[in-house]
Amino acid sequence: MNLFEIAWRNLRYRSLASFLTTMSMALGVGLTVLVMSISGIINQSLQRNSNVGYNLIVGSKGSSTQLVFNSVYYLSKPIENLKYSYYLEFLPGNQRQEAYAKLGGALKDPDRSGLYAMFARSGFAIPICLGDYVGRFRAVATTPDFFNLLRHGERNDLEYEFASGKNFIEESPENGFFEAVLGAEVSREMQLGVGDRIQASHGSTGNFVHEQSFKVVGVLKATGTPNDRAAFINMEGFYLLEDHAAPERDEASGLEIRKKSGEKEEPIATAGMSRLAIEKREVTAILLRSEFAMNIEKQINKTPHAQAVSPIAEIGGLLRMYIEPVQWALLVLTLLVCVVSAVSILVSIYNSMNERTRDIAVMRALGASRDKVLAVILCEACLIATVGGAIGWIGGHALAAFSSPMVEGRTGVKISFLSIQYPNEFWIIPSLILIGILAGLIPALVAYRTDVSKSL
Amino acid sequence: MLTIEGLRKSFPDPSGGRLEILDIPKFEMSAGDQMVLRGESGSGKTTLLHIISGISQADSGRIAIDSIELTKLSEAARDRLRAAKIGYVFQTFNLLPAFTALENVRLGMTFGRGKYDLDRARELLSRVGLADRANYRPSQLSVGQQQRVAVARALANKPRLLLADEPTANIDPANQQKIIDLIRDVCRDESVALLLVTHSDLIAQQFDRVERLDQINRAMQPTKVTT
Repeated sequence: MNLFEIAWRNLRYRSLASFLTTMSMALGVGLTVLVMSISGIINQSLQRNSNVGYNLIVGSKGSSTQLVFNSVYYLSKPIENLKYSYYLEFLPGNQRQEAYAKLGGALKDPDRSGLYAMFARSGFAIPICLGDYVGRFRAVATTPDFFNLLRHGERNDLEYEFASGKNFIEESPENGFFEAVLGAEVSREMQLGVGDRIQASHGSTGNFVHEQSFKVVGVLKATGTPNDRAAFINMEGFYLLEDHAAPERDEASGLEIRKKSGEKEEPIATAGMSRLAIEKREVTAILLRSEFAMNIEKQINKTPHAQAVSPIAEIGGLLRMYIEPVQWALLVLTLLVCVVSAVSILVSIYNSMNERTRDIAVMRALGASRDKVLAVILCEACLIATVGGAIGWIGGHALAAFSSPMVEGRTGVKISFLSIQYPNEFWIIPSLILIGILAGLIPALVAYRTDVSKSL
Repeated sequence: MLTIEGLRKSFPDPSGGRLEILDIPKFEMSAGDQMVLRGESGSGKTTLLHIISGISQADSGRIAIDSIELTKLSEAARDRLRAAKIGYVFQTFNLLPAFTALENVRLGMTFGRGKYDLDRARELLSRVGLADRANYRPSQLSVGQQQRVAVARALANKPRLLLADEPTANIDPANQQKIIDLIRDVCRDESVALLLVTHSDLIAQQFDRVERLDQINRAMQPTKVTT
């Protein structure tokens, strides 16, 4: 018989105590694995979603985090808007002139390109307007380019695909400016599909629902991005909804000039009416893809009203500043559970030493050296730690794999049974053996010091 | 095979001095010898067996087993010698409760030369009449059966010397003779020297050589120390 066999027989003989201590270790390791998996999912989800096919978000001056939360995750409240004419500064000369010709307004320097058009030449600039909701989901007013030009996926090489229908167009013969595309989760949860009509509500409270509805012309396939949880409406139609014309602003501060009491804005949203004029338009953010992101970011951030934020850098900073410490705290807590489990191993084996003194003395009388007796006890502790750890590891991963469909639906992050969080999980097994050795050390020393002649 | 010369052993007494238990000028056994050692309770019989087996150390003197001088060995070397050359049968059997009869016998060869001879373990169990109880735990065996397993275990490592410390003290009279016959037969067949401690006149009468400890031990007889 080798020492492991002897240790295994001893554990089996004290099966209840061994089972309970093994399970406590399994619980500790299972929790650790789960926390690691959840941390990995959060990291992957945030990083995946911050890598959304554009490298800059341009918005009004304010909190950069809020701008990213708004524009990428459709969370938090939008900060101030930018003038539409500012957006036109990202367009080349001909497109800028076309926009003015189509929308009206006084175009100064008609021959020049937009100030930032050169930087956006190899990429794109897509405006979005936020503030409305469809049910509990964000309404994102944008242009058809959102789905024509943006890509998603880990390598930003996947086109948005439609589970049914198609992308909306700027002005359709049937629906005018009022077409919409739904994210997969919005469609699923609200039981909406192509041909249905949706009405946006002004603000998150849902008290004020716009009369004008949008016809759903497409439903996106699930992407695992926040876009699954948004309803995309044609920006041209959005501008025509009540209260969506830009308020008058103070030239110097850019702040909104409040209406006088009793003065009510006329509803301007009716199908077939003309587009909202440029000076009445605002955008919440501009999603920009540029090869010169660094240069343009610096230039924009020097201006008084606008800021440019790199979503990847912002999310990276957010991870480092807020999420990683929380993840570490959770990890430390679960590791403490493992330490408590190790103490339970120690107590369990230590308590058994009194009744096993004679057995140890017999083993010594049969020729076992002190070292071998010590090794048997350490083997017992290691077996509990590693078997418990293996059960916990399998259980933790099984639970993570079991929740995979739900997690993938919400975050787009696929997790399988073997989704291992490198490199932290590789430390688990050697750590467990170390914990086992430490837990077994005290009872092993008791066994080591057993006085054979007194104990026989 | 076993030579003891000038062996002395004492223990601390409550008054701070030392109480001498053993003082044996000369004691010898040849290979295959079978002898009984008798003595009153507390006379130092078990202490002597512990010293011969290397479990305890003598204060002074010389003990040699197969010409290997035990008293000059380190504790680890004494453990190895015990695992290789000495078998021990205890009064209370001392089978390990977590192990089956067969595993208890295998345990007897685990710490020796590193060979786990399963066939020998089975053969020994068969020899002591317990082939059909190989997978029984000690708690599932009768007292007599437990002692027979203990005998098989003591012989598992093919020892040169078997020390039996009152092996029949806890066995009913009907089984005492069977155990003694078994021990003697197996020792004879395997050419193992047997040093058997017993209080039984009936058993002692069956041996050609019977030694009384008080005759070979010059130490003052203790009254309080239990051995």
